[in-house]
Amino acid sequence: MKLTKSIRALTVAGCVSLLAATGVAQAKDSTKPIVIPIHNWSSQVVMAYVLGGMFESMGNNVEYVPADTQAVYESIRNGDVTISHEVWQSTFGKSFYNAMAKGGVIDAGTHAATTLEEMGVPTWVIEKDLCPGLPNWEALKSEACYKNFTTADSGGKGRWLEGPQSWHGNLMPERLEALGLADKWTVKFAGGADALWTELASAKKEGRGTVVFNWTPNFTDAEGFTFIEFPPYEDGCRKEDGGDGKCGSPKGWLKKAANYRFPKTHPAAYTAFSKVSFTTQQIGEMAALVDIDKMDHKDAAKKWLADNEKVWKPWTM
Amino acid sequence: MSEALRQNKYLQFALLLVVFVLLCMLITPTESNWFWRLPPLIQQLPFIINDSVDYLMFEWWPIEVYDPEIEDYEEKPLVREITRSTSGLILFMIEFVREILLGGVKTIVTFMGWDWATENKWARWPALPWTVVAGGAAILGYALGGWRLSLFVGATFVYIAVFGQWEPSMETLSFVLVAAPAAVLLGLLFGVWAFRNRTVEAILNPILNIMQIVPHFSYLIPVMVFFGIGDHAGAIATIIFATPPMVRLTLLGLKQVPPEVGEAGLMSGCNSWQLLVRVLLPTARRDILIGVNQVIMSCLAMVVIASLIGAKGLGNDLLIALNRLRIGLALEIGVCIVLIAIMLDRLSLAWANKQTDYFADLSFVQRNKYSLMFGGVFVAGIVLAWIGSFIFREGFNYLYLIPHNKGITTENFWQAGVDWIWDTFFYTLKGFNEWLIVEVLVPVKTAYLAMPVAATFVLAMGIGFIIGGIRSALIIGGLLLFIALTEWWDRALITAYLVTVSVVISTFLGVVVGTICAQHPVSSRFILTVCDTFQTFPSFIYLIPVMMLFGVTDTSVLIAIVIYATVPATRYTVEGLLSVPPSLHEAGSMSGVNRLQRWLFIELPMSFPHMALGVNQTVVFALSMVIIGAMIGTDDLGQLILGALSEKNGVGNGLTLGICVAFIGLAIDQVLRTWANQRKSQLGLA
Repeated sequence: MKLTKSIRALTVAGCVSLLAATGVAQAKDSTKPIVIPIHNWSSQVVMAYVLGGMFESMGNNVEYVPADTQAVYESIRNGDVTISHEVWQSTFGKSFYNAMAKGGVIDAGTHAATTLEEMGVPTWVIEKDLCPGLPNWEALKSEACYKNFTTADSGGKGRWLEGPQSWHGNLMPERLEALGLADKWTVKFAGGADALWTELASAKKEGRGTVVFNWTPNFTDAEGFTFIEFPPYEDGCRKEDGGDGKCGSPKGWLKKAANYRFPKTHPAAYTAFSKVSFTTQQIGEMAALVDIDKMDHKDAAKKWLADNEKVWKPWTM
Repeated sequence: MSEALRQNKYLQFALLLVVFVLLCMLITPTESNWFWRLPPLIQQLPFIINDSVDYLMFEWWPIEVYDPEIEDYEEKPLVREITRSTSGLILFMIEFVREILLGGVKTIVTFMGWDWATENKWARWPALPWTVVAGGAAILGYALGGWRLSLFVGATFVYIAVFGQWEPSMETLSFVLVAAPAAVLLGLLFGVWAFRNRTVEAILNPILNIMQIVPHFSYLIPVMVFFGIGDHAGAIATIIFATPPMVRLTLLGLKQVPPEVGEAGLMSGCNSWQLLVRVLLPTARRDILIGVNQVIMSCLAMVVIASLIGAKGLGNDLLIALNRLRIGLALEIGVCIVLIAIMLDRLSLAWANKQTDYFADLSFVQRNKYSLMFGGVFVAGIVLAWIGSFIFREGFNYLYLIPHNKGITTENFWQAGVDWIWDTFFYTLKGFNEWLIVEVLVPVKTAYLAMPVAATFVLAMGIGFIIGGIRSALIIGGLLLFIALTEWWDRALITAYLVTVSVVISTFLGVVVGTICAQHPVSSRFILTVCDTFQTFPSFIYLIPVMMLFGVTDTSVLIAIVIYATVPATRYTVEGLLSVPPSLHEAGSMSGVNRLQRWLFIELPMSFPHMALGVNQTVVFALSMVIIGAMIGTDDLGQLILGALSEKNGVGNGLTLGICVAFIGLAIDQVLRTWANQRKSQLGLA
């Protein structure tokens, strides 16, 4: 009887001291799940499961939730989603900063990967010489070029298929205007990424020229995609920033966002998340496991985690 | 002259047209001319809505809540706490059903908390083997509707399992099993209330109209802000979308119960509850069941949209597949959605039609035979899964759960089919596409945009006046005025252009196909099933093939709208023609009319009111597809609603734009409904 009592006392004491010790070093992560959003492109989904696996290896609970790519920032702000791990500068930058301005979203650092989001053509368009002189943008001025890019509804002008207007507003029409291309080219806003990929596929089948908005790293890299080289970007060169608009897109960042409470509720996981930095190549690998090897997203993430312990283990330390 | 004008509606329309054309020619298109475009006086409305929502959600009536996680007090507004508890409840129900099917930890967490569940890793609810779920469903089918239904239900589940869609399908199913009954119950409740109370009916009617026409995208953001992201948000958006037809049909059904039936009930001594539940609702069953059918169809039609705000399952997988243009995979997922829809529809139908035998004297085994059968299946399934764990030592136990995308796939077959269509038809279609765009669509669009606002008002209100008198004219004027005072009038004109063209095509197709199919009971049943299929089949799937064939153009948008909007036109035509009493057919035949004459002079006029409602629904469907069209690429209201998802004042913009779309629909509804009612009373149908 006495023995059990003293054992109990010992254990309690042990627990208390243990608690105190960890309390000094670092508060323990909450057991509430970290909510990771799932969007609709391969690298993002695989990366979601990769990060989830990483958090789980640290003893955290994880939950995945499908979310719209634009609307997700409002959810992060409200705390319904904890993080977003692929914030693309030009496509989601606006939503990200809008949510940040309202309060509740924090910037959790930047990936090593640099991105480029720009108008371009599938490489075979250049090989077929549909627009002599590409990728230099001056090539767009010649009639021999834009005649190959007309469609039924473009009124005799060449057509740029830009992403939805919600992505960059009137940037592309303004650029056409500024570069003196507006009488030769016109901008059509596609409804979403699906429309862009469909256009790429159908243009290829038909052998018809097409200028579409695209980005890298992306799965289209594998098939060959060449971005048009516009005059280089400088701060403030865009119309909306007061410039003359005669410039292309900047080399963009790929950021990570988190809810403002995440560092407080899951300090260890947050520290790891803020260290996470994938390179263009790693993102490409994740996408390739699904797109080329036709693996399931979860299996792809498992495989990637197993193959790349050296990459992600140090982040969790 | 004036007497003739008063008598002859055609003359009135002609005069209206002349005035309209004159106005179009006389008014100069300059920005400062108020006859050309009204100034955007209510431009600020979206901001006001936005600020009020923000205030309501984040500031109004704050209560101090201690948050142990960040060890601090936080101000939490009352409304937010209320909406979040509602979502918690709905989420709990969805998770509960889901975990019965798939296993998991959430239900345990609800009672024990995450801390406990994390420490006790053994406390996980196990999934039912898929064989048990499929067998159980087949037994349910047998109990409700005999062996045919049982076979169909069983086959559906086997299909889902074999094709490796088990997990996402069960996730979707659990979500629908909560959203659909909720919508049915709410619908019944409001329907009965409106039946009992005239005022409620009057208030409810416009609200229902708006709920049905506002594109679902425009309330996604508000739902997300109020209720958070996740399955519950998807369920709430689905319930908003699916409830209106249920309310409407319940009300319609109750109104059509003959007074004698109610009196008989009263004479038998029913109190008002008994009268309702035992007499009125069963008598109105036919219409209520159509309502249930519509709820189920709407719920599954929303699966994809709901996944944008967090619903797990097939919808999300579909979006991922489409983003990689894997049409074959997307088709497989689409077939699962349709099968689940049809299965739930048939099961609920069978359940509602089942008669209770009050006088049967049954033994224990007879009374409980289905439970006993299920018990048998349960044990057998578990034994099978246990055996499976020995057979499939490496990897997956196919007798327990077939993992996602590890089943058989017909993706390549479907993909080849799509490629074949492309190779065979592309060049023919290309010529047609160019002709359509250059000769029809671009001119019509330009004409719409060239209308001065004054001329549009005169035309719309004039039509309203001729058909429904001063009241209709004023209602239409008011609705249009709202749109004209926003900054989006031009966008609304483009929406109107898309809707006009597609409704004309859909109505034509619907009436022709409906008429042909209504000639025989087998073909009419067949076409109604086709209608069900197209109503639930996610329109996202055919967007891609359509875009492949027709490019990112208005043609693709139109085709997408027409495919969906032809459904109600066909359905109502078939039902309208079938509702013509056979005695009239015979009377016609005896008077010596041939088949064509009978169709033209008897059946069509008699079913006109029904068809007008069909056209009305076609308009509603077309307007709700405007947003899906925006995913292809348009420059109308839909595109802006899509854009509102990323805007700072997304809630306000989305809602205001949604209301604009709804008001276009309500204006058309006003004309068609008034006209249909007049025809009905002329024909002595009302």
